[in-house]
Amino acid sequence: MGLEDLQHNFLTGQLEDLVRWARRASVWPASFGLACCAIEMMSAGAADFDLARFGMEVFRNSPRQADLMIVAGRVSQKMAPVLRQVYDQMMEPKWVISMGVCASSGGMFNNYAIVQGVDQIVPVDVYAPGCPPSPETLMHAILTLHEQIRTGEILQRRQSGEPTHLDAHQNLWTPEVPVAVRVGTPK
Amino acid sequence: MDARSTRGGKGGNTEVISLSPLAPPGVVTSDALACDVACFPTRDQYFALVESFKNDGFELCSDVCGVDYLEHMDRPLPEGVVGTRFEVVTNLLSLSKKQRVRIRVQAGDEEPEVASLFALYPGSEALERETFDMFGILFSGHPDLTRILMPEEWEGHPLRKDYGTGRVPVQFKEAPGPR
Amino acid sequence: MTEPTVRTAERVDLLTAETSEGAQELRRRRDTQTDELGRELGAVLRVNGLNIDPNSIDYERRDDETMIINMGPSHPSTHGVLRLMLELDGEFVLRTKPVIGYLHTGMEKTGEDLSYVQGGTNVTRMDYLSPVINELSYSMAVETLLGIEVPERAVWIRMMMSELNRMSSHLVWMATNGMDLGSTSMMIYGLRERELILAFFEKTAGLRMNLNYVRPGGVAADLPDGWQDDVQVICDTIYERTFEYDQLLTGQPIFRQRMIGVAPITAEEALALSVTGPLLRSTGVAWDLRRTMPYLAYDQVEFDVIVGTYGDNFDRYAIRLNEIRESIRIVRQCIDMMPRGDYRSQDPKVTPPPRARIGESMEALIHHFKLFTEGFHVPVGEVYSAVESPRGEIGCYIVSDGGPKPYRIHVRGPSFVNLQAVSLLMRGGSMSDTITVISTIDPVMGEVDR
Repeated sequence: MGLEDLQHNFLTGQLEDLVRWARRASVWPASFGLACCAIEMMSAGAADFDLARFGMEVFRNSPRQADLMIVAGRVSQKMAPVLRQVYDQMMEPKWVISMGVCASSGGMFNNYAIVQGVDQIVPVDVYAPGCPPSPETLMHAILTLHEQIRTGEILQRRQSGEPTHLDAHQNLWTPEVPVAVRVGTPK
Repeated sequence: MDARSTRGGKGGNTEVISLSPLAPPGVVTSDALACDVACFPTRDQYFALVESFKNDGFELCSDVCGVDYLEHMDRPLPEGVVGTRFEVVTNLLSLSKKQRVRIRVQAGDEEPEVASLFALYPGSEALERETFDMFGILFSGHPDLTRILMPEEWEGHPLRKDYGTGRVPVQFKEAPGPR
Repeated sequence: MTEPTVRTAERVDLLTAETSEGAQELRRRRDTQTDELGRELGAVLRVNGLNIDPNSIDYERRDDETMIINMGPSHPSTHGVLRLMLELDGEFVLRTKPVIGYLHTGMEKTGEDLSYVQGGTNVTRMDYLSPVINELSYSMAVETLLGIEVPERAVWIRMMMSELNRMSSHLVWMATNGMDLGSTSMMIYGLRERELILAFFEKTAGLRMNLNYVRPGGVAADLPDGWQDDVQVICDTIYERTFEYDQLLTGQPIFRQRMIGVAPITAEEALALSVTGPLLRSTGVAWDLRRTMPYLAYDQVEFDVIVGTYGDNFDRYAIRLNEIRESIRIVRQCIDMMPRGDYRSQDPKVTPPPRARIGESMEALIHHFKLFTEGFHVPVGEVYSAVESPRGEIGCYIVSDGGPKPYRIHVRGPSFVNLQAVSLLMRGGSMSDTITVISTIDPVMGEVDR
């Protein structure tokens, strides 16, 4: 049957749903593999645990073209400004998955050289534990992110203006975004 | 020099080899684990000793590292060797003779400094930079003695014993004490 | 909605776009001294008695004729967070300087806080592509200090797992090398084969990567039932597939043009730069610690040491591909010759008593308790123990003060030392060759920076 046989040739829905579907169906990660977790991230993109079925097999090398930064590995003090710089160059809307325990909290390296949790530098949306998290764990984290995008919860949380991970009433440092970079939803 | 082969890491050791006649006189040697001889030159004898080994067929400088003996000053040393706080340990490897040599030079207490091996082994450049970065031991004659692992503005030398680990206290509900 | 925040002056240094490392960077020509330029132009040559003629250094070249560009630390074609500063004249590289330290984890400092059993978890994350071999060098160093013997079966299990790890590391190398040269299918093939090996690791040790399997005294657990069939399948499959890689890459003209004759290194230069591993073997020097200074049971199995001729990229590729086949050969012999016995030493110094005895005997209980809370004490001494990792000689230098934790632990990472060859290999090559050079040196930044 051809198109002319369709009884109803209108689809209606909310524009937000359509936008969210588009956003979650083709999240392009920025390649930010640092250490052991990067190898598991590569494995997740390879044949056995295919990320291409989520539209994510293209790891964009330029952060300007990427939506998602998967911080895979331990972030050292020397690397922290670089991380922030790459994050700043990404265009809104952007998300961060902190992969592995070293990125989430410093992991087993509680010492002078490792930033104790990448959420001290960038706002993180999903934390994936493991050392390293197996590709299934990473995919679970990615699907959790997709679910949050689908319901729109993630953008609402940011819209409320409260920092998602630190108490605004204490005088702790929150990552600041210059006005010119923000496109779309204000943080 | 005798040509004896080392065995790998199985423990025990073959007899100690003797130094070449080109080595500076008065260098204390002893046997040590997993190498053919361990030498304990003073700072002045160090470069000449390594040069004698190089001319004797030790083509590769395996490793240069530092140790801070602040909390273990009573370490066992052979007679005639005065231990200082900092020590530089160099491991040399001879491919032709299949031998390993360990050279432990006492670098000093307050301002540790030894000669750089760059003129003999360019491959020691990065290893010596790392030892400088982590311990603050200066290598005279090194072409580019700057920090290599830590950021440029970092203050302090992290692997020294009086430099803390930098642990951030982590709050767990019921765990007592550290770790 | 809160007020939009603006970068404050005192926070600019935290959020600054500057990621320069000052004196660690490559300096402009006018800021460099003659000595430095001579060193960059080939310091190794001075070692062999050849002097650089000062007139041959072109330090009159003006600054605007050359360009210093920065590659990394976040870059698709570098193996990890390696930052390279290149001085280019058009498309050709004049000087290079690698800036490392972006993955420095303070593992040597952390190692001083961990007991000897926990130390394996630390060391295994240095060279994360060959974790078993890191643990092996560490465990062998501790066992030398302790003076204990490891049972036969544990030795053969360690050897088999090391060779499987070597295969998986070389497969990752084939995958990333293929990807760097543009062949994305090679990336998929290499990682697909590696999954077979990782599935076996997971079955044996519980983890795919960073398995804390080789420990001082033996291995953590015995091989699972039916392991011969699993390993046989791995060997047969991967052996067949190496011929597919030959078809895909070895004869392919574009691959050959990019790799043959590119970045050659001579044996003298390699030895002067303390290079080991496939990079040294590609120059013709047949130095493989498994053959020349055998450890474990390598003197009881037959395998060949693969050696190159020209020292160029293609030789290094061929060496690694054939080392996969040699490792398969060793693993097949391990399957046939695996002895029965204990998988860990029964020496009471390192092994807790069997659990059934804990209920009966007070001494057994105390012994068990002390081993798991404090750890075993290692006699005073120091040792440097080296094994052959897929990248070269990995050595572990441990100083013990008689306590349950190492006083100083230092790991000689092969990639750290091999990276010194980068500036020599890239000289005179084009920009596109820089990618292949880094790829064939095969640095793993975890062990470079530790």
